[in-house]
Amino acid sequence: MRDRTPLWLACAVAALAAASFFIPGWLLNQLLFAFGRGLAVLGLLVLWRAGLVSLGGALYFGLGAYSVALLQRAGVSDALGLVLTAATLSAAAGFVLGFLLKRYRGIFFAMMNLAFSMILYGATVKNRSLGSTDGFGVAQPSFFGVVFSEPAHAKLALFLMLLALGYGAMVLVHLYWKSTFGWLGTALRDNEIRVEYLGYSVERVIHIKYTLSALLGGLGGGFFAMGLGQVDPDSMLNWVASGELLFIMILSGPANVAAPFVGSFLFEVLRTYALDIAPLAWQFIIGATLVLLIFFAPNGVWSLLARPFVRKS
Amino acid sequence: MLDGLTFSSYLFIVSLGLTIIFGVMKVLNLAHGGLYAWGAYTAAFLIGRAAVAGWPDWAGFPIILGAALVVGTVLGWALEFGILRFLRGRDEALVVLATFGILLMLEDAIMAVFGTDPFFAYQPMTYLGHVDIGGIARDLYGLTMIGTALVVAVAAWAGFKWTRFGKLLSTVIYDRELALTLGINVNRLFLGTFIIGAILGALGGAYVAPTTSVAPGLGMEVIVVSFAVVVIGGMGSIPGALVGSLIVGLVRALAVHKFPEYELFVVYVVMALVLAFRREGLFAPAKVRII
Amino acid sequence: MLEVVGVSKTFGTVSAAEELNVGISAGEVVGIVGANGAGKTVFVNMITGYEKPSVGRILFEGRDITRLHPREITRLGICRSFQVSQVFTSMTVADNLLMALSVRWTTGAAMLKDIKRDSLVREVDALLERFKLVAERKRPAHQLSQGARKLLDIAMALAGRPRILMLDEPTSGISTDEKFEFMNVVMGALAKDKVTVMIIEHDMDIIESFVSRVLAFSQGRIICDAPPREALSDPDVVQYVLGTSHAGH
Repeated sequence: MRDRTPLWLACAVAALAAASFFIPGWLLNQLLFAFGRGLAVLGLLVLWRAGLVSLGGALYFGLGAYSVALLQRAGVSDALGLVLTAATLSAAAGFVLGFLLKRYRGIFFAMMNLAFSMILYGATVKNRSLGSTDGFGVAQPSFFGVVFSEPAHAKLALFLMLLALGYGAMVLVHLYWKSTFGWLGTALRDNEIRVEYLGYSVERVIHIKYTLSALLGGLGGGFFAMGLGQVDPDSMLNWVASGELLFIMILSGPANVAAPFVGSFLFEVLRTYALDIAPLAWQFIIGATLVLLIFFAPNGVWSLLARPFVRKS
Repeated sequence: MLDGLTFSSYLFIVSLGLTIIFGVMKVLNLAHGGLYAWGAYTAAFLIGRAAVAGWPDWAGFPIILGAALVVGTVLGWALEFGILRFLRGRDEALVVLATFGILLMLEDAIMAVFGTDPFFAYQPMTYLGHVDIGGIARDLYGLTMIGTALVVAVAAWAGFKWTRFGKLLSTVIYDRELALTLGINVNRLFLGTFIIGAILGALGGAYVAPTTSVAPGLGMEVIVVSFAVVVIGGMGSIPGALVGSLIVGLVRALAVHKFPEYELFVVYVVMALVLAFRREGLFAPAKVRII
Repeated sequence: MLEVVGVSKTFGTVSAAEELNVGISAGEVVGIVGANGAGKTVFVNMITGYEKPSVGRILFEGRDITRLHPREITRLGICRSFQVSQVFTSMTVADNLLMALSVRWTTGAAMLKDIKRDSLVREVDALLERFKLVAERKRPAHQLSQGARKLLDIAMALAGRPRILMLDEPTSGISTDEKFEFMNVVMGALAKDKVTVMIIEHDMDIIESFVSRVLAFSQGRIICDAPPREALSDPDVVQYVLGTSHAGH
């Protein structure tokens, strides 16, 4: 049975790309934020499939965001260059931290990640040159040398680039999950001892997945920063930001590479409406949704929606 | 230094509850922060009302204790019986996230019930006045907090050693499988444990209420630090909670004095350092071998 | 093929193994018996790399494997099954075997290729046949019966095409009337590969029926090394080992 997922994904992405020319600016923005986060959540999903939950997803998300902002300050203006460098820097950071973190599991893995993300948060907040809690702005990037005079065009170009790279990321992760290495994640979640006694190093698997997760987080953060037009610690590095990413992950579920993007968009919508209708009850809504999700849909909203269409991928 | 001890004291009371709940139920209950907040708000609110009604300042103390007991029991019962007991046996990370959801709900509910303005309930503190230590005037109240923490510590130790329930809890913490095969009523045990933990959490909040402005976000602040304490000390370990709170309290006081900007992040540096050397915290119970 | 030379193991002041000297040749089927705590498990653990001897060396085909990590030892050709079967509980039986084969035999960049390759799938089918697990192929491992789980565990060990297969109490937890059939399936599945087998067992009937040589352990020492009939009538063995095992039925 041929795997048609990359095809479906391509259709969906193409449809979105076409639609983006016609949708209102505010919707495009929502999508930009949602998909930027979606990439980071995809990274978290790679870890979740291996049984690891990181409470510090914002570490790489924020790192990617700030990298883009700082590179821009230093003179780099090409969007693709910015975002790929940010992703590489995040991946490098993940690779280095991975040496330490690959030894941890469960709540300790979660906490160590949280610790490092909070350390970066603290360092950023206290840093005057980075704007402390206010952060600083990210100017409109150029696209292969083209500088758009209309900000709306720039946003569109950014979105299309996000779709393109996002598609690439989704397909790669999808193929990855079908490979031996991808399966090792599930295997080690079930039984680490067996993996070792079959001849492979569990720590090496975790290290590599962690690096991949960091790369995706940084990529997402980079796009997010350019979409938002600024970087600030509270929306990108705080444990609240990590919490949001996790919430989206639970909302989306682990079933499918596209789920994080759908879930992220749902979150964006939920957030906008909740803040509009009942700004003070926002926390309550999120909390209640989280609890309900865990009770009734631990495999994410996707599992609820996809039931009639269950197919093997 | 004394500030550090004061901070450690209420941190200990709160973390003790958190670690006991984890040790027995294997649930890292983030909603604990909500219990703290509710304890603080209830106490502050009642103290305020009492003052308006003309009650003497020292009435604050029984109010604090009462508030802690009531909030702990009621909320504790509601959470365990109403929600957590249905999540037994699920993936640990999911349960933690569920408790986080509950924390968010509790925090928000506070705003709905008590409003968003901060509360000030300084009466018990003014009642006790100041005391001169080393040339600096110190609030006696803060010192009583240290005393209370010690009382709690001793009570916990005594409770575990001498009461039947306490011994049962110790057994379950150290060898869960064995304990559960002894035919204990798990639901009742867990409910009791949770309520005790909840009372401790609420007590921490209630006791702290007079010393600070009780405002929204209280629960979040405390849980972030308390969580770190419990991880540092070893989850499920009572001496761990004691040592953990001491370390965190003193380090934080040091940071507040010398490097006030790094206050929160210092706690996390300490936690990262401890975990780097002792992967499961300082006093983690030993693991069972599989092969 | 496998040589244990002067191996001792102490845990603090407790001696778990003393002065073990044993040689295993290709093709043997060796039974390892002894009371609980007699040193059998430590012995097997040292060979498979989970523990390291305090003194002495272990040589496999001339190579010193004493200090190697279990996964290196697996790749050199010594695989094991476990007393409590270690399988991938959320995966189906077929997927467990696919995982085992793939981990062992795919290297480097090939690990990023789709795992359901024809060659691997065919080997999975072959293994399922040999272990009579074909009917269970789509069942998630956590739903398997005790016996099927053990078979899966052993099959996964065999996926490594080892020269030595170590079976840790393969029939424990299997009802007495089913033990023989179980062992028949196992030994039948192994027959094709000419694997050297080492079996830790408590059931002496199993030992008698399937094993060509017995190593009896007591208090960390090997007190007897002989064919089953001799070993089981040896006075030391009778005294220190049989009294605590399930003999005859």
